[in-house]
Amino acid sequence: MAEMLYQRDVYGKTLVELGKRGADLVVCDADLSGSTRTALFGKEFPHRFFNFGVAEQNMMATAAGMASCGKTVFASTFAMFATGRAWEQIRNTICYSNLDVKIVATHAGITVGPDGASHQALEDIAIMRAIPNLRVIVPCDGPETREAVLTAFETPGPFYIRLGRAKVPTIEERRPFALGKGSLLKDGRDVAIIACGIMVREALRAEQELAQKGVSAQVINMSCVKPLDGELLRKAAASTKGFVVCEEHSVTGGLASAVAEFTAQNCPVRMACIGVCDGFGQSGDEPDLLKEYHLTAADIVAAAQRLVTST
Amino acid sequence: MVIDSKKIRELEEKARQVRLMIVEMLARAGSGHPGGSLSSTDILTALYFSVMRHRPGDPDWPDRDRFHLSKGHCCPALYAVLALQGYFPKEELSRLRKLGSILQGHPDRHTPGIDVCSGSLGQGLSVALGMSLAGRVDGKDYRTYCLLGDGEIQEGNVWEAAMAAAHYRCDSLCAILDYNGFQIDGRVADIMNIEPLAEKWRGFGWHVFAVDGHNMAALIRSFEAAKKVKEMPSIIIAKTIKGKGVSFMENVVDFHGRAPKKDETELAIRELSP
Repeated sequence: MAEMLYQRDVYGKTLVELGKRGADLVVCDADLSGSTRTALFGKEFPHRFFNFGVAEQNMMATAAGMASCGKTVFASTFAMFATGRAWEQIRNTICYSNLDVKIVATHAGITVGPDGASHQALEDIAIMRAIPNLRVIVPCDGPETREAVLTAFETPGPFYIRLGRAKVPTIEERRPFALGKGSLLKDGRDVAIIACGIMVREALRAEQELAQKGVSAQVINMSCVKPLDGELLRKAAASTKGFVVCEEHSVTGGLASAVAEFTAQNCPVRMACIGVCDGFGQSGDEPDLLKEYHLTAADIVAAAQRLVTST
Repeated sequence: MVIDSKKIRELEEKARQVRLMIVEMLARAGSGHPGGSLSSTDILTALYFSVMRHRPGDPDWPDRDRFHLSKGHCCPALYAVLALQGYFPKEELSRLRKLGSILQGHPDRHTPGIDVCSGSLGQGLSVALGMSLAGRVDGKDYRTYCLLGDGEIQEGNVWEAAMAAAHYRCDSLCAILDYNGFQIDGRVADIMNIEPLAEKWRGFGWHVFAVDGHNMAALIRSFEAAKKVKEMPSIIIAKTIKGKGVSFMENVVDFHGRAPKKDETELAIRELSP
């Protein structure tokens, strides 16, 4: 059995590790520090931790002000409120000024679960990806979360890192995270399954099922949604009959859109999208929700088979 | 505090030059915001020529006092003050709002002396709060100033920042409200009333100063008094006249966001010339 980790536990521990390295790291939260795990940093470094209460817009613009004075600022809350409520502060004050603010949002996607649609961010990748200067990362598991946070800390400029609520299995096949790079986890010749976040796990399960059905699938972990690894997409397009792009996000504007924008202009390829189709979520347990919104390995298998047989 | 009357006269003369530069700059650019630039001129002159600790030749000096123009549309006044101080050559002013210029239509980091972009209203007090808190983390004694517009404080983000600055007892933070009474669509009192102002800021935990925003001596006295306020942020509510210094622009809402035409420019220059 794979090790199961909360990405946000890893995030909180990594912040503490980074906090010990130097005094220039400051962490901000908006009344969700227990859930996002920034409280771990706050306990260790109280003079460098700021809780702004339920006021995300102020948190983001304040983080920009701190960063303008040489601080590296991590700002966290749930993905819905970080990206939705404070979008314009992120766009006009953080990113236009190209400041060292790392937005690490937790509780993204449908697997927020019982809290329901108001808390299930399904549009955040789309609206973050559209902002210039902002790098967008969707780690697939606990260890990749640590690597993404370290990369954001060491790389100047703004970042958006998207984490989930639930525990996720550590992906044994995973390669080290590199900014601007995707990684090929399985090679195959019929179809390329390109995924980010928890969908990498589903993609790997689908690959095994497809192999039993005589379909050879590549699996790509595209945890770095922006900048996107065009070179890897070209190779995948040249070596397969089509892509199945998988994300725990709306099919509008997210990873599938990013992949389509690139391939349509550079290496046209047939595509199927696994994601939420222009709808809101609802309350439920994680496995039921994944099934209800067609985000499972079985859905990927069906999409891949359709793609392979129709070519 | 006794203020040398000769110093005051010098500052008033600087402010006159700034107003002239604003009119010339906007006339050449053909667009921009004269009303609020002229209403905030004396405040900015007092800050940059008397109140603030800064080094024009070293805009990144870590110990400098910070200034953030939250009402970004009034940047012509800031650009003129920065140019007079030597942050960049005065010739740059003729390139305001032109393609590739270091002087954008709203503040941008390409301008020496500007730390964070602004222009979208309501976010600047948070930015200034962040600068102030960073100074606390670093153990520095610089002060942070933030100029707000009166229409601007209709934005909710301003009050989030106001609450947080008082919560964190940011006594190194000093906001200035350019209370000229007008916004694009008309009188502030008619569009969306912001009164009672002093009571609101006091209620949010701020030390409030009320001052005539065109009285240089009174402005400097308030700024110096604000430096002595402890354990809470300060706001100077500066009553101003929109378009101050150009008779036909004063209290005329049309000049919120339009540049003077040729004949208006000539008249304005005549009024502002010594």
